[in-house]
Parts: sequence; C-alpha cells; structure tokens
Amino acid sequence: MHPILKLVAQRVALGILLLWAASVLIFVGTQILPGDVAQSILGQAATPQSLANLRAELGLNDPPVTRYFAWLGGVLTGDLGTSLTNGRDIATAMGGRLWNTLFLAFWTALIAVPTAILLGLVAVRYQGRWPDKLISGTTLATVSVPEFLLGYIAVFFLAVQYRVFPSISTVYDSMSLGEKLNAIALPILVLTLTILGHMMRMTRAAILNVMQSAYIETAELKGLGGFAVIARHAFPNAIAPVINVVMLNLAYLVVGVVVVEVVFVYPGMGQYLVDHVAKRDVPVVQACGLVFAAVYIGMNLLADVMSILANPRLRHPK
Amino acid sequence: MADRPEKGPQAGARLLRDSKVKKDRAKRPDANREMEMTGKIDKNQIDYFKLRAGLGRMSRREFMGRMGALGVSAAMAGTFYAEAVRAAGPVKGGILKVGLQGGESTNSMDPALAASQVPYFNLNAAAETLVEVTPTGELEMRVAEAVESSADAKTWMFKIRKGITFHNGKDLTPADVLATLERHSDENAKSGALGIMKGIESMKVDGDYVAVTLATANADLPYLMADYHLMIQPNGGKDAPADATFSGAYVLKSDEPGVRHVFERNPNYWDSANRGHVDQIEVLVINDPTARMAALQSSQINLVNRVEPRTASLLARAPGVTVANAGGRGHYVFIMHCNTAPFDNNDLRLALKYAIDRQEMVEKILAGYGTIGNDIPINSAYPLFDDSIPQRAYDPDKAAFHYKKSGHDGTPIVLRTSDVAFPGAVDASQLFQQSASKAGIPLEIKREPGDGYWSEVWNKQPFSASYWGGRPVQDQMYSTAYYSGADWNDTRFFNDSFDSLLLSARAELDTTKRKGMYAEMARILHDEGGLICPMFNDFIDAHGPNVQGFVADPGGEMMSGIAGLKVWLTA
Repeated sequence: MHPILKLVAQRVALGILLLWAASVLIFVGTQILPGDVAQSILGQAATPQSLANLRAELGLNDPPVTRYFAWLGGVLTGDLGTSLTNGRDIATAMGGRLWNTLFLAFWTALIAVPTAILLGLVAVRYQGRWPDKLISGTTLATVSVPEFLLGYIAVFFLAVQYRVFPSISTVYDSMSLGEKLNAIALPILVLTLTILGHMMRMTRAAILNVMQSAYIETAELKGLGGFAVIARHAFPNAIAPVINVVMLNLAYLVVGVVVVEVVFVYPGMGQYLVDHVAKRDVPVVQACGLVFAAVYIGMNLLADVMSILANPRLRHPK
Repeated sequence: MADRPEKGPQAGARLLRDSKVKKDRAKRPDANREMEMTGKIDKNQIDYFKLRAGLGRMSRREFMGRMGALGVSAAMAGTFYAEAVRAAGPVKGGILKVGLQGGESTNSMDPALAASQVPYFNLNAAAETLVEVTPTGELEMRVAEAVESSADAKTWMFKIRKGITFHNGKDLTPADVLATLERHSDENAKSGALGIMKGIESMKVDGDYVAVTLATANADLPYLMADYHLMIQPNGGKDAPADATFSGAYVLKSDEPGVRHVFERNPNYWDSANRGHVDQIEVLVINDPTARMAALQSSQINLVNRVEPRTASLLARAPGVTVANAGGRGHYVFIMHCNTAPFDNNDLRLALKYAIDRQEMVEKILAGYGTIGNDIPINSAYPLFDDSIPQRAYDPDKAAFHYKKSGHDGTPIVLRTSDVAFPGAVDASQLFQQSASKAGIPLEIKREPGDGYWSEVWNKQPFSASYWGGRPVQDQMYSTAYYSGADWNDTRFFNDSFDSLLLSARAELDTTKRKGMYAEMARILHDEGGLICPMFNDFIDAHGPNVQGFVADPGGEMMSGIAGLKVWLTA
C-alpha cells in the first residue's frame, strides 16, 4: 500500500476512535449535569404529579448504561432521536441549523482565508515598514476586541446609523441567495475580523521563518523580485503551519460562534445547542456535541493530511 | 454604588442636542417666526391632508413633508398624523414584523406546554379562548357568546358561538370545547392550566352550551377561562396537540421554533371586522435585547416586547419609536417562610418589611418603570382592589424596634438570590441589605446559580427572591400562593381566617361584599404574611412609526398577547 494511503487510513481510524471516546464523554457529561429535564421543561409550574408523569414518559428512570447503548445504536443507524422538549426529530431540526452554520462558515472562510494569506504575504514583503505595522496593528486590534463588541459596533454604524446592512441575520428557505448574503453581511464582517489576525500572523511568522533559509538567498541572488521570492519559494515551504491554523479557525467558525449568532440572531448550531442545554434536552445536546466533535476531529484530520501532502519529504519518504 | 449610571450618557446626549439646536437657530434667524406663523395657517389645508393620511392615501413621510411646507413643526405634524390615522380606524393589509424575546428552539404549538413569551404571542395570533379579559378588567366574549351561572356560582353555562370554523374547515362545536377543557384537566397533558382546572367537578355538553360544575362555588370562573393555555382545538387537541389547527384570526404558515414563525390572515375568521388587520404576521425570535432594539431602530421590525427599563428612556428618544408601558400585575418579591425560624416570628417579618426601601427599588431596579408594592400581591390592576390599605414605607426606626422585639440573636439573616429570580434581583438584594443595615439588621446575601434556582431554592429555602406574573383576578392569585393548601404557598402562610375569607369571597356574587372581604384578606397578609413585595413591574413594549392601534394592557405584554390581532399598519 502507498505509504500516504496507509497514513490516511491510520489517521481516519484514530479519528473514529477519538469520536467514540468523545461520545462517551458527552454522554457522561450530560448525565452529571445538575438539574432535571422534567423540572426544566415544566419550570416553575411543576407539580410532583406532573413531574413524575413526564419523567416516566421521557424514560428517565432507565439506568444510564442502557440509555447510552440505546443512544449509540440510534446514532450508528442515523437516528439521533427526538427532542424531549418539543418532540421534533433531531436530525431534521439540526440539519437545517447545521446547514446555516456551514453556510455562514463557508462565506466567511471564502473571504477571510485569502485575505489573511494575502495580508500575510504583504506584511512579509514590507517587513518592519509601515504596511507591515499597519496590517499587524489592525488585525491585532480586531482580534483583541471581543466579537460581540465588534458586532454591536458594526450594528450601530452599518445598521442603525447608515442602514447599509440589516442588523438581524435571520435566514430562511424562501430567501434567494442574494437576500441571504445581504442578511449575513454583518456576521461575515465580524467573523472575518475575528479570525483574520490569527491566520495572518501565522502566515507571516511561518514565511519569515523560511526567509532565513539559504535557498531564499539563492533566489534573491538569481535576481527574483521581493514578492516573487515570497510567493513562489517561501510560501509553498511555509504552507503546513498555515494550513493548520486555517483549519483551526474553520473549526472555530462551525463550533464556536454562538456569541455572534446571538448578536445577529442567526439561526445556527450554537444557539440551537444553548437553547437545549438550558432546557436539559439531553438527546439534542448529545447530538450537537457529537457533531461538533466530528467537525473538530475532521478538520484536524484534514489539516494533518494536507500538511503531509504539502511536504515533499513526507510525501516521498525514503 | 453610582447613582443611576444611565444618567451620565443621557445628560451628555441632551447637551449635545441642545447645542445643535442653538447652532441651527443661529444660522436661521427666521426659524422662530416660522413657528409663530403656524397658528395662522389655513386650517382647511391641514384638515385636507389629515383626511388623506387617514384614508391611507398619503404616507407618513409625505404627510410630514407637506406639514413642514405649511410651516407646522415636526412634533406637531407627528401628532396630527397619529390623530388622523386613529380617527380613520383600522386599515387592512401589510406585513407586521414582530421581534420577541422569549422563544427557544424547544417551543411547540401545543397550548398546554406554552410557558414563554413567543408561544404566548403565537397562540394568541392563531387561537382563541372562550372569553378574554379587557384592559379595564371586564369579560369579552370570544368563542363563548354568553356566560350564565347558577345562583350559588357552582354551575356555569357557556353558550358556544355558532359559525366559527377551525383552520381545517371544520365547524367548532361545544364538543370541541368540552374536549379542550377535558384535556387540560388531565394530569398527563402536563398543561400549565392544570391548577385552574382542578376545581372542576364535572363538565358536559348541553345543546349549544357547555356546562361546568364546580366542587366549590367560584364567582371568578369565567375569568379563569381566559387563561392562554385554554385555546380551543378540534377535539380538544387530543389527537394532535401541536398541529396548530385553531380557530383564531391567523393561520400558521411557517414554523421554525426559536427562529421565525409566519402567520397569514384566516379568510374565514368570524370577527374579521374587529381583529386581524394585517395580511401577515412575521414573528422573529430575537432574544438579545440589544439586537432587538437595533432592529426596531433600523425599521427592520415594527414591534418589540421586553424593552429593558434601563434603556427604555433612551429608546423612546429614537426617531419614530414609541415606548408603551403598562402597570401590570407582575411583581418582584422577597419571600419568607412563616413557619421556619427565624421567620416564624411576626416581629422579625415586620422588621424586614419596614427595612426595605420600595421607592429606591422602583427607581434603581425598574428605572421608574413600575410602581411600589405594599406587601400584598394585589394592586390597582386587579378588579375589586381596595386602595384604602395604608402604604408601608421605609422606616429604619420601626424596623429596629420590631427587630429588637423579635429577640433575634443578631446572626446574619441569609437571603438567597439569583439573576433568574427577576431582572436585577442581585442588585435589588444588595439594596435591601444596605437599607436593612441602616436599621441594624444584618442580611447575608447568598448568590445561587440560575440553573436549578426554581427547583432547589424557590419554595424550598426559607428566604429568597422571586417573582410572580400575576393572575387575572384576586381569587386566583391568593388561591395559587397564599391559601394554606396551595402547592405554591411559597411563604408557608397558614392562616385560618384568611382561608375562610378566601373561600367565602369566592362564592360571593355580590361585588361590594366581595371587595370588602378581599380588603380584609389584604390587611391580614399585609400585617402577618411572609411576603415582602417592593415593586410591581411595568410591561414595556415599543413599536415603530407606522404601527397604529397599540394600547398597553395591564393583563400582559403585547396588549395581553393580542397585539398581532389588534394593530394595523399605515404607509
């Protein structure tokens, strides 16, 4: 077998093992949460009788191990169960939310990743001069400001004062693509500002590292211009760490943007998870946790494989 | 603690505005003269434009422009416009966009399970109860056409209106009403109205009537039937409780819990002359207060609920935004268990009641959007309220006197509080601690996590912060929380004379006598109860410039839930 294929197969197998471990952790975690599903659903209005009825109906009286294997069996056959609180099929309800999250992540990535890499290249080209300082300073500032504050600033100026974009990013099926993009313009802007700095600085650092190498000097000596050296010789050799940080940020875009979702009222996974955690809707929390774990593990797997492919020494081992 | 932190930016903004006005005046010396001339303008012209605006032939913007051309000030023109539109009455059409707090992806359309604000609004848009309670506390007949009772107030006859159809085209019959009431009486339905239904002994259909027989007399039964859980469903919702088939003015078209709900006008609605003016209602769930206010200010939505008291006065100054607040029956409380030491001593209870500064709480916690409480759960928003009960005021001397008399050993009294107890509960507890310490009463504040507060602290610990949403009538409020046998007797108040007054008032059909009984009960609770009620909170809603017909209602937010049916839109 080709060593690359073997490596990938190994990584995938490890990923699945990791995912299984995550499923156990998620299940145990949701079991030791304080509070009680029935109490949370009925709230202040609960009477002992209605609590007992609901608990029996939800199967909360079964032992945890039985419930874990019942759940795992369902997941493996594609059945994530039904929500305890509103009786809807989780796979369907979550599918829509996951799609929204991926939609936002996709468009943000499409803008943020090329911008970050380009800015990184420019910063290296003008290292230590004002473009570098401007780019580094600005991105550092936008990374340091909490994203909800960036969101409110954007809403204040771009939605309330000048009314360029809507402040509410609710998207639904009957909207056209253009309407959807208009609706999510502000969250894209805020998320881009949030992740730009991280990726840009990593790009800059990785390339600067390579710039010390002898072959860069050779390239310069043979008369190549500053930008050509960076883009053609330095960047391809610095790509592995860049891929890693890009993947990490993409994973963040899927699993970590709940604050931005709340500020812009975007119907994504984060808000969905938080709602159900608050109501102790354990099956939904477990399903969300599993999806998030899968995204993280998947992204890291992809990053590993791509770094290997990008590195000739790993691609052609002796 | 700084004195009213919101004052700073407000004062700054006002200064800024004043200086701007002055500059404008300086540039245009004739501005004052123009204002004076307004009085001399041909009144016919104004009336003509008012008529056109009222008929909807002129948009607000256009109207304001014309008025400006006639030299009428913007504020005056705005008033003219509102007058004209109101005089002309409701206009049909348009899409009403409502931004609400209190919706989760866990919401369902099953009326039995409704608990938060978005399901409350949605149900009121799509469904109807037998009766409703008007803002002035009278009964309004909806699905029931008339209500009669036997002389002993034990048997109640609801005459069911004919000609109402459900959204699925079927006629609404007395059997559907009976089935609805039966479902909510069933423990397994987990209905929020179960407590109301408990007093019912038997129910039956009798021709066009549904007859309800009670175990004990209750003069308020029709008011209880206005509870928003008791929405009439085909076969009572026994077959499909959450399928959103109702008989109301709007039909659910799109349902994404926690995100968006869309309703279209029901063409077959029986009372379309008075309700259901807009073509479509779009409910957006916007739980973040800042996002909700921003969406209103940028005109993306027309109507919002739950304006935060702290920012309400700032929002009211935004162009085109109207803040509507109503003094309601909801109140914030500190509750002591009357049967647990040290609160089993009435002097200690009185000491704590005198040691709280109610006025300060209304000003600092509610930013003035509320009224002071009087250690009873009842205020003037209730029918048959007796306002002659003396108001208890902050009095450190009396508090110290009763504290000494109680013989408490001086160990700090533990007050449990949490952010979820009511908005600002932790701050309110600290204010209480400060005002009590001036009377020499040591309070120790224990901040509890919001998770599990309602299951572990409230109604379990002897002294805690909490809130009540209020009930439509006094009897229901007292029976829910102050009757000896009540599940939620969260002050552990066991008083025989109070209980017997409650039961006899319930059966009393003579309102003067009833009012006297309620006043006596209030006095008992005021002097001996475990309830410290510092404030009644207002419902604060807000709407944009083209929403007409919004009337604040003490019964609940969003005009007691029916804003979607009652308001109309102008161009």
